[in-house]
Amino acid sequence: MLARVLESLRSWEWALDGWIIVAGALCAAASALVGTFLVLRRMSMMGDAISHAVLPGLAVAFLVTGSRASVPMFLGAAVVGVLTALFTEWVRGVGKVDEGASMGVVFTSLFALGLLLVVQAADHVDLDPGCVLYGAIELTPLDTVTVVGREVPRVVVMLGAVFLLNLTCVLVLYKELQISSFDPALATTLGINARGLHFLLMTLVAVTAVASFETVGNILVVAMLVVPAATAFLLTRRLSVLLVLAVGFGVGSAVVGHVAALAVPAAFGYASTNTAGMMALTSGVGLLAAIVVTLLRRGQPLRIKNPPGSPLFVDGGGTVRVSGGGR
Amino acid sequence: MLGVVLLLGLLFGTGPGMAAASSTEPNAGGRRWFLQASATITDRSLAWPTAEQWSRVLRLQDYNTRVVVLGTTLLGLAAGVVGSFTLLRKRALMGDALSHAMLPGIGLAFMISVAAGGTGKSLPVLLTGATLSGLLGLGTVLAVRHYTRLKEDTALGIVLSVYFGAGVAVLGVVQRMGEGHSAGLESFIYGKAASLVAADTAVIGLASVLVIGVSALLFKEFRLLCFDASYAATQGWPVVRLDLVMMSLVVVVTVIGLQAVGLVLIIALIIPAAAARFWTGAIGCAGTWIAAGMGAASCAIGAAASALLPNLPSGAMIVLVSTGLFLLSLLWGRERGVILRWQRRRALNRKVRRQHVLRAVYEWSEAAAASQPGTLALTVPSVPLPALLARRSWSARELRRELDRAAKDGLLEWRADHTVALTKSGLTEATRVVRNHRLWEVFLITYADIAPSHVDRDADAIEHVLGTDLVAELESLLARQTALPAVPLSPHTIAGVPASGSNSS
Repeated sequence: MLARVLESLRSWEWALDGWIIVAGALCAAASALVGTFLVLRRMSMMGDAISHAVLPGLAVAFLVTGSRASVPMFLGAAVVGVLTALFTEWVRGVGKVDEGASMGVVFTSLFALGLLLVVQAADHVDLDPGCVLYGAIELTPLDTVTVVGREVPRVVVMLGAVFLLNLTCVLVLYKELQISSFDPALATTLGINARGLHFLLMTLVAVTAVASFETVGNILVVAMLVVPAATAFLLTRRLSVLLVLAVGFGVGSAVVGHVAALAVPAAFGYASTNTAGMMALTSGVGLLAAIVVTLLRRGQPLRIKNPPGSPLFVDGGGTVRVSGGGR
Repeated sequence: MLGVVLLLGLLFGTGPGMAAASSTEPNAGGRRWFLQASATITDRSLAWPTAEQWSRVLRLQDYNTRVVVLGTTLLGLAAGVVGSFTLLRKRALMGDALSHAMLPGIGLAFMISVAAGGTGKSLPVLLTGATLSGLLGLGTVLAVRHYTRLKEDTALGIVLSVYFGAGVAVLGVVQRMGEGHSAGLESFIYGKAASLVAADTAVIGLASVLVIGVSALLFKEFRLLCFDASYAATQGWPVVRLDLVMMSLVVVVTVIGLQAVGLVLIIALIIPAAAARFWTGAIGCAGTWIAAGMGAASCAIGAAASALLPNLPSGAMIVLVSTGLFLLSLLWGRERGVILRWQRRRALNRKVRRQHVLRAVYEWSEAAAASQPGTLALTVPSVPLPALLARRSWSARELRRELDRAAKDGLLEWRADHTVALTKSGLTEATRVVRNHRLWEVFLITYADIAPSHVDRDADAIEHVLGTDLVAELESLLARQTALPAVPLSPHTIAGVPASGSNSS
């Protein structure tokens, strides 16, 4: 079994597999940055909805420009992303249904429309309904552009740019995002434009989803948005740590996922499988590990530093007591 | 592995592009496996059907078309019924997670059945696998929600994407197992109604009858559960078991819908249920029937359309037809339709403006009559426009328009000197309006302790929607306090009317 695994990794080629891992890691990192806020705001399924709904925006951009030029694509995605959020709110208000149902109505409709457009467009443009769902990360090293005299895969450049965009937004608006995610009412009283932030976040999700289309596809990008952030959420209660951990878990599952895509099927005597699917699965395994860790930790006594000068202290059993208050 | 190296070479040879239309190398395999697979999801050519094809499909002449349309119609019927409950129980997205979680089950069932020596094409085996992994997914959602501090939405997102990822990984292995073995597994993703055969339709039909039967038997219980689960629990209903039955109905519908609609879009089967909300407000039989009817119609039309255009994914066609029905309901629905609500609001606004004008004219006339002792109160004085204009914050144009409208309806008449006066029917209506206003004012003063100087505006907010029975109740309530005249006097001074010697002459 081990021999077969080693055999499967012998075909490793840094020029190819290295770029695949870089693309996957950038995609995971960019997604984890915005995904953290989706998880905190209890809007994880909005990530699912938007990643489905950007499809018609993409298809229209393809049909209009006739190419996979990046700028119209991102414009189309941003517009449709915001529209999805608006339509969902509207259907919920007008139809008096819960948010989940209105999301279900809006994103399936947009996705179905996009699917038909893609099939229509397939004659003219290089786009495939199969890739829509699970991407084509294995092919990304082949389509290169020249950056500073080096051949770099186009997707890596694109994902790098989106990662930087997300990072900039998170750093610049860190305080605003933090307050509005944890206490929307306080954010409003402090004069923070919560609605504007909401739509900015939706736009970033849409842009990230589009950039991730070619690598992991629109369903597996949900794994990259939600799962690393959820894993980190279990392990920390500080936003800054949460963001760093989420990015770390995302990158980790990209690396392990690609190796696993080659090695795991080989262990059972099959040929290698899809890296994007394996990335999602790996992140799920990571989450499982985190859940086990938190469950084991739950039995242990709480460790709290006694605040200086406070009459309160925590005894060995984890109970808060008042010093000198005993009988 | 040698194969991988060889294929990498092939890849370099064939150059970039994430969707080469059709690979010419026979069984290129390797990392291009999914390119071939995706070519089977949708063939590239799209031809507009001829008139003959239209007539064949529309008259259901082909046996195959009949089977497909019948099967999907039954599916739509069952989905509409179950969808109404799912929607009200706020479980729409749970259905989405459930269907995505079915993919690894399909792949694993295929692998196991091939390993056991079968062809792997047996539908019952595949659907059993789908059901098991779907249920496992649901269990995972519940476990994540219960054992961690992650919320429901995150649990759904995790299950949906991780299980789908596992499914994609399993399919990746499956598609490289052998020649042509796996063709058809992808049709579960986007749906391929054309692949339904008579046996499938029989299964779908049986399952639909079962689902509708159970829903009919437990309709009262389900309705209670949707309306108020904790109330149902306090009434002693087995809420958990009922919930399980409802969820298993969702599982059944999802499984039988996989082939026609595909697991990505099967959640769209709640769209008819959402559309039905625009037609009826009550949680009842009517809404469920409307949802079932729309579900059946959209599945039938969608399936027929995909029979006409066989290259388009049937799931997408069915979804778009139900989206169309949803949009129609959203606009013209009898209960919550946008157009209807706009009309209602406009009618109410008109009524309110009309009553404002009549009351303004009446009150001025009343004061004018009172200021000239000896004139009978019911001889109708004419009211100058500036006096009316001062009564409310309306513009001269608005007032003019409203007066003209009232004049057209015979409630007012213009006098020669640009003044207006109430006609006989106008006087009757104005008397009623003013009476309602003042009754309410007296009520507020007597029972709600509102100062007479502030009561006018409070009464103004509600007087337009007082029903006759409420007015009767007010009368009987207030009659005990005071003897009521036909129109009670205003309990406060009215600004902008001619001053009178005494308000109660």
